[in-house]
Amino acid sequence: MRASAAVVAETDGRGGTRLAVLRGESPLLPRRTGPRSAGGATVHLVGGAAGPLRGDDLRLDIEVGPGATLEMFSVAASLALPGRPGPPSRLTITARVAAGATLRWLPEPLIAAAGCDHVAVTRVEVAAGGTLLWRDDLVCGRHGEPSGAVRADTTIRYAGVTLHRHELAVGPGAPGWDGAAVLGGGRAVGTLVAAGPGLPNTGMAGLPNTGMAGLPGAGVAGLPDTGVAGLPDTGVAGLPDTGVAGPNAAVMPMAGPGVLATAVGADIREVRAALDPLCRRPAVAF
Amino acid sequence: MSLATLVLLADGRLPSGGHAHSGGLEPQIAAGRVRDIRELDGFLRGRLATGGLVSAAFAAAACGDVGRAAELDAGLDARTPSPALRRASRAQGRALLRAGRAMWRLASLPSREPHQPVALGALASAAGLTPVEAAVAAAHGTISGSAGAAVRLLGLDPYAVHALLARLAPECDRIAALAARRHGDPVDDLPAAGAPLLDIGAEHHATWEVRLFAS
Repeated sequence: MRASAAVVAETDGRGGTRLAVLRGESPLLPRRTGPRSAGGATVHLVGGAAGPLRGDDLRLDIEVGPGATLEMFSVAASLALPGRPGPPSRLTITARVAAGATLRWLPEPLIAAAGCDHVAVTRVEVAAGGTLLWRDDLVCGRHGEPSGAVRADTTIRYAGVTLHRHELAVGPGAPGWDGAAVLGGGRAVGTLVAAGPGLPNTGMAGLPNTGMAGLPGAGVAGLPDTGVAGLPDTGVAGLPDTGVAGPNAAVMPMAGPGVLATAVGADIREVRAALDPLCRRPAVAF
Repeated sequence: MSLATLVLLADGRLPSGGHAHSGGLEPQIAAGRVRDIRELDGFLRGRLATGGLVSAAFAAAACGDVGRAAELDAGLDARTPSPALRRASRAQGRALLRAGRAMWRLASLPSREPHQPVALGALASAAGLTPVEAAVAAAHGTISGSAGAAVRLLGLDPYAVHALLARLAPECDRIAALAARRHGDPVDDLPAAGAPLLDIGAEHHATWEVRLFAS
């Protein structure tokens, strides 16, 4: 199955956000949800069919224009499934966030069912002055089954410079993925990238420094990273506290203008416990 | 090409401070995830397929064209979310350059403290080695340091640990070949395999008051 979906958000000129484009095909169906008065637009992805199944080629393009705010969720986890022999299933997501725009991408997890073969490609481009919150959770197999094969390939660029480049491979064909360097027997992993100049502290506040009480992000927060020539370590005013966030999680200032939180858990609940508090909507309405 | 030069570059006795780093093993031992040879095997395979592949590709790329050092360095920054790991990599890069300057005539680099794979590639280039040889040295280095640390931290039988390294040698060659084939690719297209527990472990490790290894 081939399917594509597109969401284009732009400012309505009255302090709100309108959706200039909102189209999709099963299994990628974007639906506007939430109140229209909040200033930003909220979109939920609804799965219109099973899958992705092996051989599927799915694409989602997101664009947030200058001054607009878009928040995207999905109504349920997506389940990568095996299918007839063929190429891996593939989901390509591209997102472009303009100056003064905000994109919050907070979908439900991807579950790698036993026997699946799935590739998730993410390309995000944020202009200088744009704000991004990008969450990806992965669960390695349904309850009690071995993990299928998933390869995630993510690039997030900020102001024309690559901020975050990450690949993660789990399941058959990924050497050592369940060893102690990668997931160590954990069946769920989550990643949250926050980037931008004006991300309010509240956006990732409530950092649960649990498990490391008395060590307020010590040793990691505020330690300057030696800048690379031509890549000033700009730091981002108002970005969240960094440090350790529970025994199997960390909140890390990246070399560029952003913060990455990552958590590994025996199951998705442990990942959510570490990352959900960092995703709460800012106290100030957008 | 000189095999003796390659052995010299990959030798753990190179005075570049590598012995001070466990390659992320110390925190995983503390977390109870590595207790024996079997779990060390899983750790090393994962490390080789992630950080090993990335290091090998960037060392090969720097060896192939030292003029790309600055963009390769930025590419490693984008692949290393953990500030503790960025510091560890740059500290090792700096120490490696110091040793390398005494050994060969190094090209000048844009940074005195490049990431370790960039420094390794620059040394390999100055020593007349090829990108695939730089990749082999890098891939081997990512597991041999951790293996040595395992002997010290867990008191494992050194013969059993070296038997494991011997079993991993073909995988090391495979990873190095894979990395070297891509050495001319644009930086964004080079391998970026990440290892979440290495990042998380490094951040926790950096908060410890007492530790045997620097990273």
